[in-house]
Amino acid sequence: MSQAKKLNVLLVEDEPADAHLVRLAFAEGQVPVDLHHVPDGVEAFAFLRREGAYANVPRPDLILLDLNMPRMDGRQFLKKIKLDAALRSLPVVVLTTSDAERDLLDSYQHFAAGFIVKPVDVDDFIKLASGIGDYWVNIVRLPEQN
Amino acid sequence: MTHATTLPFVILLAEDEPADAHLVRTALTENRIRADLRHVQDGREALEYLRQEGSRFADAPRPDLILLDLNMPRMDGRECLAALKQDPALCDIPVVILTTSEVERDVLASYRLGASGFISKPVDMAQFIEAVGNLGNYWINLVRLPGHPVEVVK
Repeated sequence: MSQAKKLNVLLVEDEPADAHLVRLAFAEGQVPVDLHHVPDGVEAFAFLRREGAYANVPRPDLILLDLNMPRMDGRQFLKKIKLDAALRSLPVVVLTTSDAERDLLDSYQHFAAGFIVKPVDVDDFIKLASGIGDYWVNIVRLPEQN
Repeated sequence: MTHATTLPFVILLAEDEPADAHLVRTALTENRIRADLRHVQDGREALEYLRQEGSRFADAPRPDLILLDLNMPRMDGRECLAALKQDPALCDIPVVILTTSEVERDVLASYRLGASGFISKPVDMAQFIEAVGNLGNYWINLVRLPGHPVEVVK
């Protein structure tokens, strides 16, 4: 219920246009978000483990994960992070154009904390971002940074 | 983003405190969330419900969301969460912890076990209603859940 807190979000998304929309949508919203963006699962792990150029990045509070990406896709990423003792407590919300029932079930079986089908319209994207911010910042409590 | 469906949204609440269970029900009504709220008293009963054990739960509908208290007799929320996230038949149901516990260790441990949220019960009724409204908005309107794919014609 900490209102003044800034939410650190790691967006894992290969499509620059979609990443731009997410950034725009959070900027429009009421909830202060620090958005970090990486293009695939491999980069996301480098970010989370603070490797190379990511030495000084913060630990995110929440991960927004696309499913279809090159190198390491969202399905592989989700399985891997939920097996990682140091990282598994991070909530991962899937944000995808896929509406395949298989992906939906698979994501929840691997402890996704939500599965969101990307809206096509910008206004819906903004509503979505404010809904995500509201839930993860104003309502639920997240682990303290460690 | 709202998914047109006539399937009722089923919430299983595991809570030993009748007053708190009553508050959840009131908060859902206040927010006009038309959910089918099922209430069990502790973790053991929650697992019986989910596994449809005994005549009481033979026809129990599978919940879309579980709201789980942490401190309960017989089997507490921590044990219950661990058991259901290890059960391949149940692990895909999102679980949100709803508790008076303010212990940081409980927050981290719950997320590690696979919780999809941790809500410290607000003491103020207006805040509690707002929290439940927001919870409902996230899980019913914002995210997609298994079993609520497309419109279902009755």
